[in-house]
Amino acid sequence: MASLRDIKSRITSTKKTSQITKAMQMVSASKMNRAEANAKAYVPYMEKIQEVVSSIANGSADASHPMLTSRPVKKTGYLVITSDRGLAGAYNSSILRQVHKTILERHKSNDEFVIIAIGRVGRDFFVSRNMHVELEVIGVPDQPSFADISSLAKSTVNLYLNELCDELYMYYNHYVSPIQQEVTETQILPLSDFDTSNPTLTTYEFEPNAEEILEVLLPQYAESLIYGALLDGKASEHSARMTAMKNATDNAKELIDSLSLQYNRARQAAITQEITEIVGGAAALE
Amino acid sequence: MKTIKVNVVTPDGPVYDAEVEMVSTKAKSGEMGIMAGHVPTVAPLTIGAVRLKNGSNTDYVAVNGGFLEVRPDVVTILAQSAERAETIDLTRAQEAKARAEQRLQNNDGSYDVKRADLALKRAINRIQIAEMR
Repeated sequence: MASLRDIKSRITSTKKTSQITKAMQMVSASKMNRAEANAKAYVPYMEKIQEVVSSIANGSADASHPMLTSRPVKKTGYLVITSDRGLAGAYNSSILRQVHKTILERHKSNDEFVIIAIGRVGRDFFVSRNMHVELEVIGVPDQPSFADISSLAKSTVNLYLNELCDELYMYYNHYVSPIQQEVTETQILPLSDFDTSNPTLTTYEFEPNAEEILEVLLPQYAESLIYGALLDGKASEHSARMTAMKNATDNAKELIDSLSLQYNRARQAAITQEITEIVGGAAALE
Repeated sequence: MKTIKVNVVTPDGPVYDAEVEMVSTKAKSGEMGIMAGHVPTVAPLTIGAVRLKNGSNTDYVAVNGGFLEVRPDVVTILAQSAERAETIDLTRAQEAKARAEQRLQNNDGSYDVKRADLALKRAINRIQIAEMR
């Protein structure tokens, strides 16, 4: 049986760990609230741009653009959004597992795809597996603004325009609720699946013409899709971290409880033993 | 006078939302003024000022490219970034201007000239608008 002092020191160290995890849980909770607010602030922009893009793409038959038409696929791009730091439960592992599985299923050699990594965990994962990481961004702030990501988004879209990849998929954790995140795969490029449910509400005049507008609008649209996924991913990251830390705190509490019980038993056993010894000693004297 | 609703929206959230009499913007093809009852239009914008006139009062918003979408009931401006004149940080804009100018002057090939040029334009635009408030 462990000695009293051993148990005591384990209790103290577990208590300290639980204080840290508790603090991290609260930090993540407040970050999650802000990330959620950011994601909400972004929604109107997304809705508007989606409306305009679909009404132009559906509305004018003569409007064609390389980003709208699919071409034979020689190289696929995968944009993977992970976090920079760990301690976020299954946040990174679930996403990387799925990407890895998909890549192995779809491609025979490493030349058939390129990786665009946001976040250190994802970058390291692919680099250590000798997969080609074309672009990477590390150290995205917890509350990213569009400016933080615009250069990566721009270069990603350029990869497609310069035919360095012929389709682009994006993987991120979609924020469902504070306790639930969902690994999501979406195809960004070529742009497809526009909302065709409400056929063009308005026919627009184009100034100067539809092609030139698509030229500017579509890259901006694709970039904002990436930004939206990042905001979503950040909200999931903070909520995953919060849940992980909450579990850690709960486990620590349980451990402390069972250790305290052990400690008290050991203490009692020691006392009982001492009394028996005294009684035994007194009996021997008589 | 009839008014029209105007929204200026960026990825970081809505910037402007009000009823105005006239919106004037700088589109790629030239200056464009929009009043209530304008025909539905889409036009790309350049880096410049959006003037929102309501009676004797005029609001200014600095936009960095983006789009103008006119519908019968609402005008929407979608830009990757936009700032109202009141919220522009003048010192930061001046710093950005100085930085861009310096990059353009001693250009040793390490900077993208086009990017520095755009940054300079954005900074000048912001300074001009900030001075109009």
